[in-house]
Amino acid sequence: MSDKLNIQNMIFTLEKFWASKGCMVMPSYDVEKGAGTMSPYTFLRAVGPEPWAACYMEPSRRPADGRYGENPNRLYQHHQFQVVIKPSPLDVQQYYLDSLEALGIKPLEHDIRFVEDNWENPSMGCAGVGWEVWLDGMEVSQFTYFQVVGELDVKPVMSEITYGVERLASYIQDVNSVFDLEWGHGVLYRDIFKEPEYEHSKYAFEESNQEQLLAFFDIYEKTAKRLLGMNLVHPAYDYILKCSHTFNLLDARGAVSVTERAGYLARIRNLAHEVASSFVEEREKRGFPLLKSAELKAGADND
Amino acid sequence: MTKDYLFEIGVEEMPAHVVTRSVKQLASRTKKFLEENGLTFGEIDTYSTPRRLTVLVHDLAEKQADIDEIKKGPAKRIAQDENGNWTKAAEGFARGQGLTADDIYFEDFKGTQYAYVHVQKSGTLAKDILLGMDQVVKAMTFPTKMRWSHYDFEFIRPLHWLVSLLGSEIVPVKILDITAGRKTQGHRFLGDSVVLASADDYETALKRQFVIADAAERKAMIKKQIANLVEQHHWQVKLDPSLLEEVTNLVEYPTVFAGSFDKQYLQIPDEVLITSMKDNQRYFEVYDQDGNLINHFIAVRNGNEQYLNNVIAGNEKVLVARLDDAQFFFDEDKKYPLQHFVDRLQNVSFHDKIGSMAEKMLRTKIIGDWLGKQFGFNAETMQDFDRAADLYKFDLVTAMVGEFAELQGVMGMHYARLAGEKEDVALAIKEHYLPSSAEGDLPATKVGALLSIADKLDTIITFFGAGMIPSSSNDPYALRRSAYGIVRILLAQNWSLDFSEALPTLVSAVAGKTPAKLPKDKDSEQEIADFIRGRVKQYLQTRDYQYDVIDAVLASSQQDPQHILQAAKVLQDHHDDADFKPVVESLTRINNILAKGKFTGSTAVDAKLFSDESEQALADAVNQLQKLDATDLDQLYAGFVALQPVIDRYFKANMIMDKDLEVRHNRLAQLAAVSELADRMGDLSKLVIK
Repeated sequence: MSDKLNIQNMIFTLEKFWASKGCMVMPSYDVEKGAGTMSPYTFLRAVGPEPWAACYMEPSRRPADGRYGENPNRLYQHHQFQVVIKPSPLDVQQYYLDSLEALGIKPLEHDIRFVEDNWENPSMGCAGVGWEVWLDGMEVSQFTYFQVVGELDVKPVMSEITYGVERLASYIQDVNSVFDLEWGHGVLYRDIFKEPEYEHSKYAFEESNQEQLLAFFDIYEKTAKRLLGMNLVHPAYDYILKCSHTFNLLDARGAVSVTERAGYLARIRNLAHEVASSFVEEREKRGFPLLKSAELKAGADND
Repeated sequence: MTKDYLFEIGVEEMPAHVVTRSVKQLASRTKKFLEENGLTFGEIDTYSTPRRLTVLVHDLAEKQADIDEIKKGPAKRIAQDENGNWTKAAEGFARGQGLTADDIYFEDFKGTQYAYVHVQKSGTLAKDILLGMDQVVKAMTFPTKMRWSHYDFEFIRPLHWLVSLLGSEIVPVKILDITAGRKTQGHRFLGDSVVLASADDYETALKRQFVIADAAERKAMIKKQIANLVEQHHWQVKLDPSLLEEVTNLVEYPTVFAGSFDKQYLQIPDEVLITSMKDNQRYFEVYDQDGNLINHFIAVRNGNEQYLNNVIAGNEKVLVARLDDAQFFFDEDKKYPLQHFVDRLQNVSFHDKIGSMAEKMLRTKIIGDWLGKQFGFNAETMQDFDRAADLYKFDLVTAMVGEFAELQGVMGMHYARLAGEKEDVALAIKEHYLPSSAEGDLPATKVGALLSIADKLDTIITFFGAGMIPSSSNDPYALRRSAYGIVRILLAQNWSLDFSEALPTLVSAVAGKTPAKLPKDKDSEQEIADFIRGRVKQYLQTRDYQYDVIDAVLASSQQDPQHILQAAKVLQDHHDDADFKPVVESLTRINNILAKGKFTGSTAVDAKLFSDESEQALADAVNQLQKLDATDLDQLYAGFVALQPVIDRYFKANMIMDKDLEVRHNRLAQLAAVSELADRMGDLSKLVIK
């Protein structure tokens, strides 16, 4: 790899590649979340019968993984490049391999493997079947066929590909520390993220106010429930994301015992199930608009 | 005429652990399908890679055998009514043979006219029957199945192609939108798709496309390449069979390579290095000639030698990142005294309904202290046990076990050693998890064995107390395995433990040391004792004791596994002796008489009521046997052998149910004394005597 892609060119390449496969390039969603899966562009769009194809870069906050910017590979916030397509195309695995080629990773020069890794997110009532993708022994992506989301069967099935941006970039740019990565125009990852990493870690592990976080959780949960009662699906979902992030902050602080943990996860899961169901109901009231346009498009293609 | 039939299912990468068993399943289902359809065939070869499951059926008959036979039906008077019309019976008979009533003719059979038909059917062609192979595929089961795209069909992974060739002819089996043909896929990166001229081309055609379809051949290639590397570098390697099996099923074209890491990481405990390499990365760890772990690893690539240096460098980098993490956790954990971790166990839940790990350790200590006394531990060993019991779960809250959960116990041992604890204490911390599988290794040290039993017994008592009792199909906390472990350790250590005595004592000793309810009455204690006896049964069954011996020894009132095992050994050893039958018969006869006489009184015998010398003889012999150590069943059995002629004489000379009630009672008491001795062995009436 003589032309080492910087992160932003890597993202451009992936966006262009997946746009050519029919994905809409979406912006990151502006509420804190622990994974790209929790963006409404994945979670909500996974349920119901409507087709959907999108890709987006998503900052993912994992407070417990914060290391004050001192660990070369662990971060409070990392980035995922997320690709979701429903129904999953029969060639989606080949598309993925082609996307690696687009990034300059030639399969013949490496060892690329699909190693079983069935994915589960109990707090959001999600389960899927798939692999972690190994590039010369390093997990660079997660590849999943969603089977259940928000405790609802995913029909048709949505495929989800999650590229670990920092992992893949470290490989492409051949650096040992994420902080040495070039984001773009010679600006390094450390120049942008080192300080926030330290500050967020400091907050999450030392300065967060447990009482306050517990109160936030309760308020967010109540609000989500109230909004669900009014069929205001999207604002309700925003508050569920806030519940989840607040829980992660409590967890990072070690404020949640094993027993309580199960209780909090169950509370989030119940909300996730409700919001998924409400989303489908609301879309149905609107006659599943994307289903119609897909049918129209298919009809036009046949003509 | 026969032909070979090739059937290949092409899928996206299957989990390594399902590949071998799935292709076996495909072969057995194919076999059954062919047999049910009356097609004869020879051997079935299987081929499997992560992307394909294949059967090659040799010498498959071209068609079913033709049928040409005469079938006899109902008598004429039943087949036709008085007007000569066909009855329902006749029509049904003909239809059953694939014919109509018009095909019926009559013939004499032993003086009566019967309906007959001549059935002639040419067998269906194999190529038509094989169209039903889709049913074979659809019937397959997997540990996890999935849906994909818009299909409702579930399979192990999305289906991509089917090859179905009878000789050189395509049998177009159809599943979903896929119709089987003659095109298969080569290696994902090194090969191309390839069109097969005939079924027998399969293996060689795929080899040209860098797919070694025969799993055994792939495994042999890996072993040979590893052997070469090892020889070249004067290394040693332990070929863990399950890892070898896994890597065989992760690749279609294996190339083995070696990588290395900085020597500085060798100061991390071996188990951590091995877990990082083996479990996380599927590498084989490498040893020097003296058996020391060294800073190299062996791995298998799915590809050829090209650009192998890229692959090696990448793998080394990944491993170093993992070892860096491990080093960090190790250094971090070493900063604190053990008590720091022990204190935190108050906040770690053992189970919601039962309480914290700290509480569990306290109960385990109480239980172990009592048991240790029973087992005759000396003061020093007891001290070691107490120390181990105060510490033993501490590693659960270390950073290393947080990351590598499978190293629980092992890290505890290492950290305890580093903290200067005694070796027996350190080992016990590791060993209390043993056995980790039904027939897995047992604790080697006495302290470890006691800690393991006490910990497991606490788990069983508290779970039963909290009402979480395993059912036959559901045992989420593996309580059966725990109980089985207790039984195995007791037997291996030669420790006697009468559960009917131990349980009430232990339950009341730990009362108040858990928020959970404890077994509160005789019935619930009995439930636990029975649960453990069930494991004694499993133990005997696993070790091939005869079923009647097992039934007999478990039907006794004995609650000590050690005693039950001894009884089983004695009965099994003598089961085929010439005198076994008369001995057992004489003893069971006594039980029958006692049951009939509904005798429940005392076994005290009054010699003044004897009228025959045989009575004194039996009384004397029984007295001798009663003096034997209750655990000495070998001597007891020898005694029964000697007693048998005495009993026979006794029965011949005396009428048990004497008219004189006092005499009758005295004789029954004498028999009851014998029966009581026999009960030490078990319920002998369960024995099957040839």
